Amino acid sequence: MFTHSIRWRFQFWLAFLLLCILSGFGFTAYQLHRTNQLRQTDQELERRVAAIGRALRESRPFGQRPRRPSFEGEFVSPWDPGRPNSLTLSNAPEVRPPPRSVVLPQQILNLFDESDPNGFYFLVWSPSHERILQSTNAPANVPIPAFQDIGTQISTRMRGAFRERFYFNTPKECILVGQSIRADLAGLRRFALWLAIAGAAVLALGLGGGWWLTSRALQPVDEISVAAARISGGNLSERINVADTDSELGRLAVVLNSTFSRLEASFARQKQFTADASHELRTPLAVIISEAQTTLARQREPAEYRESFEACLNTAQQMRRLTESLLELARSDAGAERLEYQNVDLADLARESVEGIRRLAAEHQLAVHCQLDPAPVYANADRVIQVITNLLTNAIHYNKTHGEIKIATRAENGHAILTVQDTGQGIAPEDLPHVFERFYRADKSRARSSERSGLGLAISKAIVEADGGAIEVSSHVGVGTQFTVRFKGKESR
Amino acid sequence: MRILVVEDEARLLRNLAKALREEGYAVDTAEAGDDGLYKAESYDYDAIVLDVMLPGLDGWQVLDKLRKRKRTPVLMLTARDTPRDRVRGLDTGADDYLIKPFDLSELLARLRALIRRSAGEARSQIELNDVVIDTRTRLVTLRGESVTLTAREYAILEYLAVHRGEVVTRTALYEHLFDETDDSLSNLLDVHVFSIRKKLGAELIATRRGHGYCIEF
Repeated sequence: MFTHSIRWRFQFWLAFLLLCILSGFGFTAYQLHRTNQLRQTDQELERRVAAIGRALRESRPFGQRPRRPSFEGEFVSPWDPGRPNSLTLSNAPEVRPPPRSVVLPQQILNLFDESDPNGFYFLVWSPSHERILQSTNAPANVPIPAFQDIGTQISTRMRGAFRERFYFNTPKECILVGQSIRADLAGLRRFALWLAIAGAAVLALGLGGGWWLTSRALQPVDEISVAAARISGGNLSERINVADTDSELGRLAVVLNSTFSRLEASFARQKQFTADASHELRTPLAVIISEAQTTLARQREPAEYRESFEACLNTAQQMRRLTESLLELARSDAGAERLEYQNVDLADLARESVEGIRRLAAEHQLAVHCQLDPAPVYANADRVIQVITNLLTNAIHYNKTHGEIKIATRAENGHAILTVQDTGQGIAPEDLPHVFERFYRADKSRARSSERSGLGLAISKAIVEADGGAIEVSSHVGVGTQFTVRFKGKESR
Repeated sequence: MRILVVEDEARLLRNLAKALREEGYAVDTAEAGDDGLYKAESYDYDAIVLDVMLPGLDGWQVLDKLRKRKRTPVLMLTARDTPRDRVRGLDTGADDYLIKPFDLSELLARLRALIRRSAGEARSQIELNDVVIDTRTRLVTLRGESVTLTAREYAILEYLAVHRGEVVTRTALYEHLFDETDDSLSNLLDVHVFSIRKKLGAELIATRRGHGYCIEF
């Protein structure tokens, strides 16, 4: 769905932002332009209104009373008889004073180009709403504005395409000057159209640029996703090609690559482990199957059957030990097993473990020396005993006859330290880094011993590290091997 | 037929040796790679069963070194079952490949096929005029009548029949029919051959004085 694509969402937001900015800008520009134009018109109108107002005031003699209405009709200016400039004297109502006749000075009339129907026009109404004066280019049906306060305040109104300004003077005459702003409005519409076209062009340009930018910006993402797809397709050795490690995406690619590396390593380990485990299980299975098939191939003596059964049983027991070890490892791999932890003394646990293996050590004619100083530890006692027993049985199996085993515990810097030392043949330096690997047997020349699964040290390491401890090994060929385990000290809670 | 089994799991080794001996093979065993290689180079085995995971030299190394000297048919035995391992095994010069756990009957059939192929036989039946030897069922018939032979007699007859047309020396017969556990005496061979002639006709096996025996076809 393209609405989920980052590119489309980016385009959408870009379009939205551009639209907001452009319409804001366009609207403001349009408003400014319009206001400006109207203000100019208004100023022109105001100048003319004021001039007519002044002329009317001056044409009124002192103390003159309004005369009776004596005639009606059009007044023709004596100065310019042919001029269409007019003075309307209309019939007056009976009570009101008749409209007076006014002659506007030429200099004012010059302000109005009456031949231009779109030019300035003026109208003057008497207080009784009769037209006293009007220019010939004034539209026919201009209504008188509603009465407002007498004063110098000039009001403004829009009437269709006409802009008109007016005010009422002291005898409540209404003076109005107007102009058709049709041409201005058309200009404004053209301006708005031009703004719209320019805005659309900028929008198109912006979106195109945005598309180009997102394409460029997303190209590494595409590369990453293609590489990641190949990797998830099973090719774990694939890596993302990182050209620029300093860019944000470069850093992401580096992080992803290192994740893939760790994933590959752990996957390889897992695969190796599975292969090893299946190998270790296949061999005893082969023993059981071929033993049973050989025995069943013909009639046998009871003793032979017995021997065969014993071989099968021993092999099955070996498989059971192995599967238990594998389960143990799988559990520690899965982690988060709820165990009971408590503060115990590592020395006590070591003593208990030594008691458990004393008979086995005696069978191998080994002397066990203990130097167990108190070492408080916060741990699960059973698991710690399992680790110690593992190390001790290792020390027994890889010892020389009449050799000895030294086990010591001590507290050090808040840790509890356990060391188990044997006097065996030691581990070669090239094998030393691998002894904790699953199924790794340093002693390859020794035929596979069914007692040893090759998982003991791996299990010990998994247990110790799950509890935040550490296990180390050091060895001198021909002298012996020493395992050092560091447990977390007593919990201070 | 003499077979070498190299396998480090003692119980499996013992059991395989037992099963093969019961099938009438002479069987030598080795628990480690270097021991197995030494034996494989010292004797002309008819086939070798070789485990891959071995202490000392592993199965690949044994096979690699052996192939520089001998063409003995080798059946690799392994718990590794990835195609990569199988391809590697066959490319290194193994003649066949069997994955643990295997069926004993399959192992025996593959061994028979290996030995047959190395002798240039395509079928499991060898026909010598009136005498027909079925190497699969180990049954011998004379003019359609089945003849009962002892395991030793059958082994001698089969070996001579597989190598028919050649003179097989007494030493070769000893080497191929008796393993290191047999403490046989040389005249036992004559006794067995005499017994075979009695059952299948005197003209079947010719004696070449000072050389050995021969089935001429």
